[in-house]
Formats: sequence, structure tokens, C-alpha cells
Amino acid sequence: MQQDNRLGIVVSGSLSKGVEVRLDNSTSVEDMVVGRYVTIEGQKQRFFGMISDVSLGVTDPNLSLKPPDTNDSFLTEVLVGSGTYGQLQVMPYLTIGGNVASIIEGPQPVKTIPSHFATVNLAQQSDIELVFGKEDKERFWIGNPLDMETKLCLSLPEFVKRSNGVFGKSGTGKTFLTRMLLIGMLQKGACVNLVFDMHSEYGWAGTSEKGRTVKALKQLFPAKVAVFTLDEDNSRRRGVSTDFVVRMGYDEIEPEDISLLRQTLNLTDQAVEAVYQVKRRFGKDWLRCTTELEDSEETREVLNQLNIHDSTFQNLQRGLNTIRRLPFIQERSPNKVVQQVLEYLVRGTNVVLEFGRYTDITAYILVANLLTRRIYSHYRERVEQAMADGTAYPTPLVITIEEAHKFLNPEVAKQTIFGTIAREMRKYNTTLLVIDQRPSGIDDEVMSQLGTKITCLLDNERDRDSVLAGIPGKGELKSVLAKLATKQQALIFGHAVPMPVAFQPREYGSAESYKHFTDFEDSDEQSEKDIEELWD
Amino acid sequence: MVTQKEKRIGEVIATATATFTTQCYQLYELPPLGSLVKTRNEKLELFAVVANATTTGLEPGRKAIARGKDEESEEAIYKSNPQLEKLLKSEFETLVIGHRIDGKINHFLPPVPARIHSFVYVCPVEEVKEFSQSPGFINILLNTNPTLPQNELIITCLHQMSFAHEDSHQFLVTAGKHLARLLGDYNQLKSILERIEH
Ligand SMILES: Nc1ncnc2c1ncn2[C@@H]1O[C@H](COP(=O)(O)OP(=O)(O)O)[C@@H](O)[C@H]1O
Ligand SMILES: [Mg+2]
Repeated sequence: MQQDNRLGIVVSGSLSKGVEVRLDNSTSVEDMVVGRYVTIEGQKQRFFGMISDVSLGVTDPNLSLKPPDTNDSFLTEVLVGSGTYGQLQVMPYLTIGGNVASIIEGPQPVKTIPSHFATVNLAQQSDIELVFGKEDKERFWIGNPLDMETKLCLSLPEFVKRSNGVFGKSGTGKTFLTRMLLIGMLQKGACVNLVFDMHSEYGWAGTSEKGRTVKALKQLFPAKVAVFTLDEDNSRRRGVSTDFVVRMGYDEIEPEDISLLRQTLNLTDQAVEAVYQVKRRFGKDWLRCTTELEDSEETREVLNQLNIHDSTFQNLQRGLNTIRRLPFIQERSPNKVVQQVLEYLVRGTNVVLEFGRYTDITAYILVANLLTRRIYSHYRERVEQAMADGTAYPTPLVITIEEAHKFLNPEVAKQTIFGTIAREMRKYNTTLLVIDQRPSGIDDEVMSQLGTKITCLLDNERDRDSVLAGIPGKGELKSVLAKLATKQQALIFGHAVPMPVAFQPREYGSAESYKHFTDFEDSDEQSEKDIEELWD
Repeated sequence: MVTQKEKRIGEVIATATATFTTQCYQLYELPPLGSLVKTRNEKLELFAVVANATTTGLEPGRKAIARGKDEESEEAIYKSNPQLEKLLKSEFETLVIGHRIDGKINHFLPPVPARIHSFVYVCPVEEVKEFSQSPGFINILLNTNPTLPQNELIITCLHQMSFAHEDSHQFLVTAGKHLARLLGDYNQLKSILERIEH
């Protein structure tokens, strides 16, 4: 290792809390940044870790009690490095090299710590590449580690094996990050995406904060993306080239959808119970029938039979009417949305469903839940069929939802389709990409099932706790998380990365960035062609 | 290692492993407190720091008496009493803080002490610089038990040695850092360093 990267030596530590590093006199504490990577040269192996805290130490507590006169520069100069010193807390995550296994399998999770006085160096580009891999057919460049020029890459086939989450308070860059991840998955994920695009920013022209519009998936990859819309007028006005206008019929709505809407529709528990009863009574046409029941002797008779209280019924009717008023809900759906979506997905085309003006949460929950439930059941059938026949499984499906806590809060997570998908890992080749600004609102069990989490800044302590729950070195990561910039910085950890990394996501929005995002695609196809030609 | 600038100033008249006392050839020709002197014992060179000085009558128990009542100046007293130079003697105590053997300087006690009547020299500047190139001698200085307060001795010693270094500030900073590590006691360190001219 080059001497100029040397920071100091290990002086104490433990596997659970990380090691303490005494900085050399020549290393300024002010150059140390939480979240940076270091390598530690142990006696038998190299360790790879992250700075989780920087502190100042004194050899004698009197020094802090009666600090030297700052005019006495001599005394201060003497004390630097002798009476006072800089200290780092470093969390070792991986070991590199040393034994045969690590040469074959690459960096391994740490099971021990470096010995006393092991030298600590700043990690170099080559170290980062060794740990996170280089950009290739599977690895997608997502940004660069904080304060480093090196490209940070994520293996997308590995990423989509589990459900994942993108978190961060409003305005921190979740949408930009997600858009980038979608591009990555589209190119290298070996999966197909279904995106419930609440604010219409993934399919076509999203906006950036400066009011500038940025291109979205369909503009960059027209052949790979279909835009479905719930709001034709809105899409047309925005000049979106849509592929399909979504309409839904009353008869497609199930009692389960209503129970998910309990809170947003302000329904009582009894009203939610009543939905199942009216469904049993009226069958497929239950929603229309229920909303059209008039205040009559006959109605009272029916309600009596069903044992539904009058006030409960009124509560229910009010809620259902809100749904009926949604313009994209019709008595009978003129088209088969689910079939359409599936057709695209099977062909390998990614589907973005934009909501246009219907950014109301009721519409979002209803549509996302309804479609997902039915698409999932198709997927499930196909997987079961494939298992039985021993044929190929369908392409893995990744479903992106925003405001995830509305679908996955502890009250509903057990019952909703999203809760099921999150808990099943990817039994039926379906996983979720959940986006949320309030992760503490999501059911703990669901959170623990998310494979990889990417989180931007979170202000709220409870949110930070919930995102990091169950992660080794949680306390240290929490301080890294709390120090992220308010925008375009994130922490990624979990299944798809060998260790947590604080990073700056790739710039998105300039002409140059589009070129980079689409460039790889071309060169990739080119090289595939080259390889094919070899066989001709 | 004999250089021309070596100046002989006296002879060892009492000796032990860690200390020796020198009587000066000339009355009052004492090396400064805290300065580095040396003496030899065959192949061995012993380095010591001046830790205390006295001037007394040659005969023990015999006290000096006041003589200058009618004299114009202090020098005049000595002029009119030339026997004084023979009746009085100047002596200094030194603490051994290192030695040179086979050309190599060690910052620890020598294997054998100085001998009586060994000549004592003031160390030339180059030698002081060489001896204090690394601050290890401070360890031994801290372990001694001088007649004078130890802090005072450290201050004068570092002060004297700093003259031998072109970058005296850097010398003092390095020595100060070493001292800080050895002491571990900020208050003592502060009381020493605050008074060193730098
Ligand atoms: N990777 C990025 N490249 C360029 N600008 C970004 C990036 N990430 C965030 N930004 C800026 O931050 C703003 C907020 O990001 P956004 O993704 O809309 O936040 P969120 O979805 O978390 O509310 C964007 O409008 C954009 O200006
Ligand atoms: Mg957003």
C-alpha cells in the first residue's frame, strides 16, 4: 500500500462495535469523513471497512477541562498528537484475500477483527472494484461512493431476486434513484417491470425540482416500455405516446380492495365486514347493487337479513360512491386491462401505468391492488404450471409501488397482495420495489423481508430505526444515514451488496447522462453481435 | 571523539553511577545550569547535564567572612585578597543522562561510572546537537532525583539544548511531544512548556 494513504493504526475494538483507529499525527481529523472506506492490513488478511465515527481524544481529562491558551501556539503544537489525537471508529465488513476460499469466492463477511496496531489505509479504486465488482453485463453503475471517483456497481439479477425498498424523506431523490434502478433492471436485470406511477414521472418526462423536465423510460427505451394511462386527457396534453388507456369495471372490484381502503374511505370495521356480506348476496355486481339500493322497505328488509346496521350501511354507501365517482371506473370495463398488461409483460415489455390527475390515494391503492392481485394470480398459475410441466418459468416480475406504507402498514400487510408478495420472497417469480418516505409505517415483518434497501436522508428517528432494523452495525450506519446530504446521496445495504455503502447516485437529467444510460445498451448489443458473428 | 572546541573545565571529585561532581579549575568558571558536559572512562564517554552548582570554602566548616566594607566594588575585594582564589572552590553536580560507546550514543546509564580526577569538558555545539537529535534522554532525566526541582531542570536543559539546533522551535516541539507522552500529566506538562522560550 502506498504510504500516502495511511491513516493510522488500530488500537482497540470488537467485532460487534468495530475497531478504534488512532490517527497518525500527519492525518488531519478534518479530512476524515463518515462513510468512507478503509482497508486494514491485518497480519493474516486484509479487512475492508467503513468509517462510522470520527472523534477527538485526550490522554488526560485535564486537557479538556483546562484547555491551553489558544495564544500559546507552542503548547498547542506540542499537544497535537501527544496529548490530543484524532480517532476513527471503523466497522470492518469484509475480509479480502488470505485463504483459498476468499480467493475463489471473493471478499467474505468478517468473522474476526484485525489485530492491534494493524495499519489502516484509505481504500483505493482497486479495492472498491474488488469488493463491488466492475461494470459488466450484470453489474450496473449506480453512482460513486461518497468522496470517491470510483464507479459503484450493483448486480441487478441479484438485486431483483428479492423485494427491495427505496426510502428517504420527500425531495431527497427517491424518484430519481428509482428511475435509474428501473433503467438498470431494464438493461441488466433479466426481469420485467410493472410500475404504478402515481405522479406520472417514470413513463414519460418527469420533472426535476428546477421545473426542468427530465426524460423517462419510454423516451429512452421506446422499444422496451409501454405506457398505460388512467387519464387519457392528461397524457395527451403532456404529449405522451401512450399504449393503452385503462378502464375498470365495478365488477372487477373485490371486497378485499375495499378493506385496504378502509382508512382512506373512512369506513368503519363493520362497514368493511358488510362488504363481504353484500358480495355474497349480490355476487359479481355487488358494488353497483349496493350503491343503488334506495331507502325503501325492501332495502331495510335486505339489510335486516344481512344483519347490517343502518348507520353501517350509510357509511359503506358513502365510501363506495367515492369509488364510483372515479372517472376511470365504469359499469363494465370495455377492455381487459389485466390481459393487456400480461401480454406486454410476457413479451418482455415493461409496463408503466401513469395516473395522470388521479393522484388521489384512493385511486392509487384501488388500482394498484386490483391489478397486482390479478396479475400475480396469473403469474402464480404460470409458475405452478411450469413446475408441473418442467418448463421454463416466466420472466421475473418486479412491481414498483409508491407510498408503500399505505399497502404494507401493520394493519393491512397481512391481508394485502403486496404483503403476500413481500413475505413470499420470490416464490412465484414476483418481487416488489417499494418506495416510501415513511418506512416506520411499514409492517416490521415486511421490512425485514426486503432484500436490499436504499435509503436517502431520513429525518425521523423512528424511520431510521425501521430501515436499519436487524442490520449488523446498525448504530454506526445510523450515524452515516443521519449525515447524508439532503439530496442525491444514499446508503445501500442488504442482499445485493457485499457491504453497506454510502454513495452519490448517478447524475440524471442532462443530455450527457441520457447518452451514458443508453450507450451501454448499444455497446452491449454490439458485443453480442460480435460474439454471434464469431460463430457464423 | 576529540574536537578542537572541547573545553576542559574541571575534574571529577565525587562520583556514582548516576551522578558525579566536578570541581572547576577556575573559581566561578561554571558551565550553565542545564548544559551538557562530558567525561571519559577509557573508551566510554559519559554525558551529563549540569544539575546544581556551589561555591564554598576549601576547608570544610570554615565560613567566608564579609570583606568589602571599604572597597569600591566587588571585584576590588578579590583584587585586594588574592588568597581568596585559593581558599574558595566552585563545584557542580551533574546527572548522567547517556553515554557513547563504540561511537554510538545511548540514552541510558553507562556500564561504569566516571572515575575520580577524570577531566570534565563542556560539550561542543555539534555534540549537543548529536546527543539531542532524538529525545530519548528526556526519559532518563525524568527518572533522576535531582537536588533542584525536576521541572526547573527540564526547562533549563531543553532551553540550553535548543541553542544547538538550527530549528530550535522544531527541536522544542519534538521534545515537548516526547515529554507529553512520558508525563501523561497535562498540568505538569503545561507548567513546564509554558515557561520554555520558543
Ligand atoms: N440522481 C440525481 N440526478 C440529478 N438530480 C437529482 C438526482 N437525485 C435527486 N436530484 C434532484 O433532487 C430533486 C428531488 O428528487 P426526487 O427524486 O424528486 O425526490 P423524492 O422522490 O425523494 O421526493 C430532483 O428534482 C432533482 O432536482
Ligand atoms: Mg418522488
